[in-house]
Amino acid sequence: MTFVDFIVTNAPALLVAIPLFAAFTIPAVGKISAAARNLWVMGTMLLTAAVAFILAFRVFSTGTVIYVFGAAAANLAVPLDSGGIPIRIIFTVDAMSAFMDVICAIVGTSVLLYSLSSESRNTNLEGYYALYLLMITGVFGMVSTGDFFNFFVFLEILSLASAGIIAYRIDGGLAVEAALKYFILSTLGAILVLFAIGIYYGQYDALNIAMIAQRMQFSMLDKIALVFLVAALAMKCGAVPMHFWTPDAYSMAPSSATAFLVVASQASLYGLFRVVFTMYNMTMNCATVGWIIIILGVLSMVIGVTMAIPQKDIKRLMAYHAVSQTGYMLLGVGVGLAVLGNTTLTSAYGFMAMEGGIFHIFNHAMYKGLLFLTAGAIFYRIGTRDLNKMGGLGHTMKYTMIFFIIGALAIAGIPPFNGFASKLMIYESVYLFNPIFAIIAMVVSILTLASFVKVFHSVFMGPQLPEYADVKEAPLPMLIGMGILAAIVILFGLFPQPVVDMLVAPAANALANQGGYIASVLGGA
Amino acid sequence: MLWNLPFITVVVLTFIGIVTVLMKKNIIKILLGINILESAVNLFLVSLGYREGGVAPIFTLAPSELMVLPTPQALTLTSIVIGVATSALVLSFAMVLKKKYGTVDINEIRRLQG
Amino acid sequence: MSRIVRTGADFLYPAILIFGLYIVAHGHLTPGGGFQGGAVIATGGALVIVAYSYTEVSEWLSGKVLMGQEVIGLVGFIGVALLAFAFGQVFFFNYLNASGSLFGIPVPYGINAGELNTGGFVPLMNFSVGCEVWGGLTLVILYMLSGIRREES
Repeated sequence: MTFVDFIVTNAPALLVAIPLFAAFTIPAVGKISAAARNLWVMGTMLLTAAVAFILAFRVFSTGTVIYVFGAAAANLAVPLDSGGIPIRIIFTVDAMSAFMDVICAIVGTSVLLYSLSSESRNTNLEGYYALYLLMITGVFGMVSTGDFFNFFVFLEILSLASAGIIAYRIDGGLAVEAALKYFILSTLGAILVLFAIGIYYGQYDALNIAMIAQRMQFSMLDKIALVFLVAALAMKCGAVPMHFWTPDAYSMAPSSATAFLVVASQASLYGLFRVVFTMYNMTMNCATVGWIIIILGVLSMVIGVTMAIPQKDIKRLMAYHAVSQTGYMLLGVGVGLAVLGNTTLTSAYGFMAMEGGIFHIFNHAMYKGLLFLTAGAIFYRIGTRDLNKMGGLGHTMKYTMIFFIIGALAIAGIPPFNGFASKLMIYESVYLFNPIFAIIAMVVSILTLASFVKVFHSVFMGPQLPEYADVKEAPLPMLIGMGILAAIVILFGLFPQPVVDMLVAPAANALANQGGYIASVLGGA
Repeated sequence: MLWNLPFITVVVLTFIGIVTVLMKKNIIKILLGINILESAVNLFLVSLGYREGGVAPIFTLAPSELMVLPTPQALTLTSIVIGVATSALVLSFAMVLKKKYGTVDINEIRRLQG
Repeated sequence: MSRIVRTGADFLYPAILIFGLYIVAHGHLTPGGGFQGGAVIATGGALVIVAYSYTEVSEWLSGKVLMGQEVIGLVGFIGVALLAFAFGQVFFFNYLNASGSLFGIPVPYGINAGELNTGGFVPLMNFSVGCEVWGGLTLVILYMLSGIRREES
């Protein structure tokens, strides 16, 4: 077996094994020198990203990949002597999981490149990078796993690592306050998830998502479990009315980590979609649950953007916009869910709405990551996040300004950028479902643009302030990290159609097609 | 009725835990509420795995060969381990906040607003 | 603390240590295992930290050693799992089971008195986890106590 074969066969396991191994060895490597540690972390991240791309390529070309931990063969999901129950931990990577893996790989790499430079002024970086790699592990694990208890374990790894990284710079206690708020809410959410797991196990004697989906009866207990899961995961992805941890956590975390926290919250969004589409699908009343998700989405859009406008802290402002953009994804996918059973409506607009929502996950990760990185670059150079104290930075930080413009136009949905591509799909399809929601979505976009014009004006425009006269451009690794994301924002904005055909449509298909998911694990159809 | 006793205890513990988390203002007491909730979940998982007459699935000097599936026990153990990590992290947060703010009352830990 | 408590702790600490190691070593045969055994040992650590003052304890309970123990445990755990790739097997495959080498005797089926030399790589993982939890939990207790001391002074 050649090395390439080895990587291809074991890709799902390597996705969590490599960052986990590297995270555990960092304290030892850090003893050698800072350069060795940086090289070690960056090499790990590049290797993991390469594995994620290889895996995604395999999934998109040949279909769902399953990987059974500790079995005699990687694809032996149901052992012969187990009575038809998949007892081992299984990673089930279908198109939707592969889609999320690609997002995590791209954002993870550029954020790490950025933080090599942005964090270099701080001490005790071993812990920072170890927590960062644990977050990578958590996200990859959450989106790849096919076992619901395993999902809970990776969710907790992600929460613990995120809380640690948010509190990393104690910042006079402010960061710890934000982390405490985030972590207590996360723990309560995780307890709800564990209750739901107990309910499934008690009823169906299974933890495997495919097995639960196959045996799903939608009894009273399943309804309770559904409520627990929707509440917990919607809270974790920052939807209104459970959004209040988002601005605190996003603004107090180190800037580089904030960009990755966006991906972390989207992993919870993925969990929410996996639960409603793969585990329940047609057994529940899709219209009701779809409407609940739509209402959560519309509330998030409107409240997020209205809270963002008066903010004076640049990262807090962006965090509220993140809440608002999460609303678009919930709206798009919620519309797809609401009409799931109806073939005519699904082919008319439901599927397109789902595609729009899923495409928006990708685009949001890119441009929101880019915006948080530019905010971090500004903070790195001038040491404040207060918009009122900024001004005239366009004279000296030209590249940062260009990246900020790209991100701001993309989040507002202006044509040549990727935000427009996904928002247009959402507008068109949601308009057919209910014109009012489409109009709300457009108004929210306009408010987003207004808010970012204000930020742009107060940060970059105006005369050069005397106290910032010797401010320099951000260091090169930070610019490269931002540049990768900016290039993707432009590229996906210019050529959205191939991306939709190659990545987004298979992902939406994989979500809607519950039977395919079950068959890929349990065999048969 | 008697068979449901563990589940009734789970409900009672959950209630106590939620009330503690919502009503108490001290971070340490909130953490204790979370720990009570975690115990409720652990009891729930363990009760699910109970089968009458079944013994723990360990061959070493087992009293009978009628054994239960160990999955719920494994889940509970994992959840306990995660609970330890959670408690340690929240307690260390409480220590830092006490040092920086001089209080562990969440009504006074409110510097992040807007 | 008083002389009685200190003497009691002196006697109990080795006993707790041995009991914890016993639980770790028999993890694949009896209830218990790495985490439980490690937690038992950490309670021994907590006992001596409470019995003696922090400054005394910090002289012979070094944070660096505990940290190293933690790293060794974690790397050992993931390393044992990763070694499966060297045998051409999938991640976490129990390559030592019934191999005839260390811990490699086939597990006797049915009720038996317990054979220590079985379990494949499960005992190795128990040792790693035990080592990690021993270091990690003691370190947590030590750090928390050091934080309190610094605040008082």
